[in-house]
Amino acid sequence: MTQTAKPSVRHPRSKQNKLGLTQRDYEGTQSTLCAGCGHDSITAAIVQAFFELDMPPHRVAKLSGIGCSSKTPTYFLSEAHGFNSLHGRMPSIATGANAANGGLSYIGVSGDGDSLSIGLGQFCHAMRRNVNMLYVLENNGVYGLTKGQFSASADVGSKAKRGEENLMSPIDPASLALSLGASFVARGFSGDKKQLVPLIKAGLTHKGFALVDIISPCVTFNDHEGSTKSYAYTREHGHEVVETDFVPLLHEIKAQQDHGAATAVTMHDGSVVRFRSVDEGYDPTNRDAAYAHLKQLQAKAEVATGLLYIQPTSLDLHAFENTVSEPLVDVPFEKLCPGSEVLAELQSRWR
Amino acid sequence: MDQDFRDRTNDFVVINDFVVKVATVNGTGSASANGMLMQAMFRMGVPVSGKNVFPSNIQGLPTWYEIRVNKHGHLARSPNVDLMLAMNPKTYEQDIAEVRPGGAVLYDSSWSLDEEVLRADVLFLGVPLSHMCVENFKGSRERILMKNIAYVGAVAALLSIDIEVIEEMLAEKFSAKQHLMDSNEVAIHLGYDYAKEHFDGLLRIRIEAMDGNRDSVLMTGNMAAALGCVYAGATVAAWYPITPATSVMDSFRGFCSKLRKDPETGKNLYCIIQAEDELAAIGMVLGAGWMGARAFTPTSGAGLSLMNEFLGLAYYAEIPAVIFDVQRTGPSTGMPTRTQQGDLFTVAFASHGDTKHVLLFPADPRECFYFSVAAFDLAERFQTPVFVLSDLDIGMNDWVCEKLEWDDAYVPDRGKVLSAEELQEMETFYRYLDVDGDGIPARTLPGVDPKGAYFTRGSGHDRFGRYTEDGDLYQDVVDRIARKIEGAAEALPAPEIRLADDATIGLVTMGGCRGAVLEAIDVLEEEGITLDFLRVTGFPFSAAVDEFLLSHDVNIVVEQNRDGQLRRLLVLETSVPKSKLASVLDYKGSPLSAEVVVRGVREQLALVAVQAG
Repeated sequence: MTQTAKPSVRHPRSKQNKLGLTQRDYEGTQSTLCAGCGHDSITAAIVQAFFELDMPPHRVAKLSGIGCSSKTPTYFLSEAHGFNSLHGRMPSIATGANAANGGLSYIGVSGDGDSLSIGLGQFCHAMRRNVNMLYVLENNGVYGLTKGQFSASADVGSKAKRGEENLMSPIDPASLALSLGASFVARGFSGDKKQLVPLIKAGLTHKGFALVDIISPCVTFNDHEGSTKSYAYTREHGHEVVETDFVPLLHEIKAQQDHGAATAVTMHDGSVVRFRSVDEGYDPTNRDAAYAHLKQLQAKAEVATGLLYIQPTSLDLHAFENTVSEPLVDVPFEKLCPGSEVLAELQSRWR
Repeated sequence: MDQDFRDRTNDFVVINDFVVKVATVNGTGSASANGMLMQAMFRMGVPVSGKNVFPSNIQGLPTWYEIRVNKHGHLARSPNVDLMLAMNPKTYEQDIAEVRPGGAVLYDSSWSLDEEVLRADVLFLGVPLSHMCVENFKGSRERILMKNIAYVGAVAALLSIDIEVIEEMLAEKFSAKQHLMDSNEVAIHLGYDYAKEHFDGLLRIRIEAMDGNRDSVLMTGNMAAALGCVYAGATVAAWYPITPATSVMDSFRGFCSKLRKDPETGKNLYCIIQAEDELAAIGMVLGAGWMGARAFTPTSGAGLSLMNEFLGLAYYAEIPAVIFDVQRTGPSTGMPTRTQQGDLFTVAFASHGDTKHVLLFPADPRECFYFSVAAFDLAERFQTPVFVLSDLDIGMNDWVCEKLEWDDAYVPDRGKVLSAEELQEMETFYRYLDVDGDGIPARTLPGVDPKGAYFTRGSGHDRFGRYTEDGDLYQDVVDRIARKIEGAAEALPAPEIRLADDATIGLVTMGGCRGAVLEAIDVLEEEGITLDFLRVTGFPFSAAVDEFLLSHDVNIVVEQNRDGQLRRLLVLETSVPKSKLASVLDYKGSPLSAEVVVRGVREQLALVAVQAG
């Protein structure tokens, strides 16, 4: 089965962004995922986020590993270079790409098998290096392409489709990220696009590694009674700890008086993320408090959502490596090669 | 001292043709002292080599350093030890047993030698090194360090090494640290004066200044490879520490910290990432290569095993990458500080499915530099990973090499990379379409132009870059890649061929075996056995390799692994019949010696004679 391009018709009155592009220009080929798959809703949110951020599609690099989630970069931004890499190895590709060209926007799409089992090491180390990218973890608690095995994010007591119960503790990407010092940690739900789009926009704008863990039910293998990653369960147990609104740089900030208790965090480029705590006293800039709150909710079998933690300024990979601000791929060869005289000089000491 | 012995040695003094071996304990600072000895001989213009034989350990285990001096320039390792510096009592027995009859042992006579290790056919020269150092220096660390310098002084006296050369080296090294300079001066003279007084003229081996080495330098292969990366314009380097490849990255970092700073901001025009493992290291290299940077990773066999998964992706998705494999003994952890050429099979067809990779086999540090630059050109031109296979001996030991030269007219071969302008002129860009008929499609870099966008994937794809599970469309692409890789054969550095008159037997080798094989050819020639010489420098093999093999009755393949991996690869990948190929193998972990080759060739020729007769 080959991939299917979408017909290139567009509505004459489609809304255009500042680049004169319509939302359609941010789409990709037709999804081949199961009807109702949570991942397709995330793709739609990603498309909307890029559209609303007025990003030129070809200035984005989209990457993924292997699995259902990792198929999705073909479904958005057809004018961006894409890299569907190996199972669990997308972070290293993204790290190298970012090292070579820090001038692009990076979005990596992964799943819970990809990030929390086979690729756990790379996932952790990309956070540790604070690679400047949005990392979308489409989390459904199950291996879809191999038909229904538990993943490492399956909750204790969650039941597989054939009835067996998971007894092992889950690896929760959000608390893992907090404990590793990640600079941006959010969680959303594929069924709540209104919440998801600002999270994705904030994550794309954040300078550093932005994790957005998204509960994304697998309609075929993990949407049954007894599953803790089903639509029904997530709707019932999802718990928004903060409402998040993303305001891009230079965007006219309309006073929204109804957000009386909102706090604002200014990002590196001047964009603003506004929060309104749903849970009293929740402070998304306090890592320890965020972690503790997450764990408390988890103990009550509730899933904390929203922008859980943000550190608006942090050192990223390029800061650690002290690289020039110009992308390394743009540095002319003449600046890289020291030439014959230097070689002779060097060797005069090798005697 | 036996007066007769002294007289006899004086009768046949051997100039500039001997082996000195130093047996010490690692972590005692002996490595720099040994290097100094070798360096002094180099500065006297004499052809010399130094081989470090060290344990996988930081402190306390036996370690050796072998110096060979040979006026004819034969610098492969030689097991015929003329002078043993026995500085490690724990290995006295084996070290003393190794000395050739008529040779000498210099030992620390602060303590007496056991009767059992004494030999009548070897001269024992005791220098009370520890005693002298205890008397002259304070603190245990300095006493230990200066003992090394003292034996350097003693050897200088024994071999007539110019003491001024050594003093000059010390002055360069310690110019900023007068107190160290003073201690070293004292230590050198402790050994030198003692040996001069007690053993003057006693040894039958001697060094004499020669006119050589003027256009030569001392360098390791890893240093040279790293410098090649700098000159080739590599900007992204990712790695995971592994012996014996670590010093490639140490050197790259060292060179870059001086040569790759932005003059205005002082920031780095390079990015070195220490990865979490080799899986990530090669992943980073591929990410950078995909983005258009020249990127590399240095590793050794164990690291390559981890990289296999990504190497298949790089081959199939056609991403340039340069991998330095500084080989050590395998399988598994093997003997990680010993040399071997055991990774040929691992790299030639690395990863699952049908693959075939471009390999380069440098023979010495000089070639490590040039092949390193060539590897980046080849990788980008053929859009595929290229492996530079050196080994621990080439990579970590100091070699006397002709100076490197750089052509300032060099322009990197970036291969077929489409610019935004070129893309705009095209109707549609397809990533894997063979437009030119050479099997090499054009590629685009991310961020350049919307028309250049495509999806890189390790899953089945057609010539247009689209996902496919259609067998015909899949096959179309993998067949084209096979054509592309075959096309690389003639673009690799040419094999080295030396033809004698009327030779019917070929001696074939690769990499660091070169010196020992060429020496063996000289030795055998004196016995009346003439041999032609072929050194394979790359894979896939060029037509010249095929022609050489076919034009000889027998080809004896000399290599450092158990299974004859080069011979087998020649059977698979050339048209020569298997019956025309024989093997001489050496895989104990030491650099190859001519003795092993000569013995092996004699045996093989005897076999051939029996079969023929």
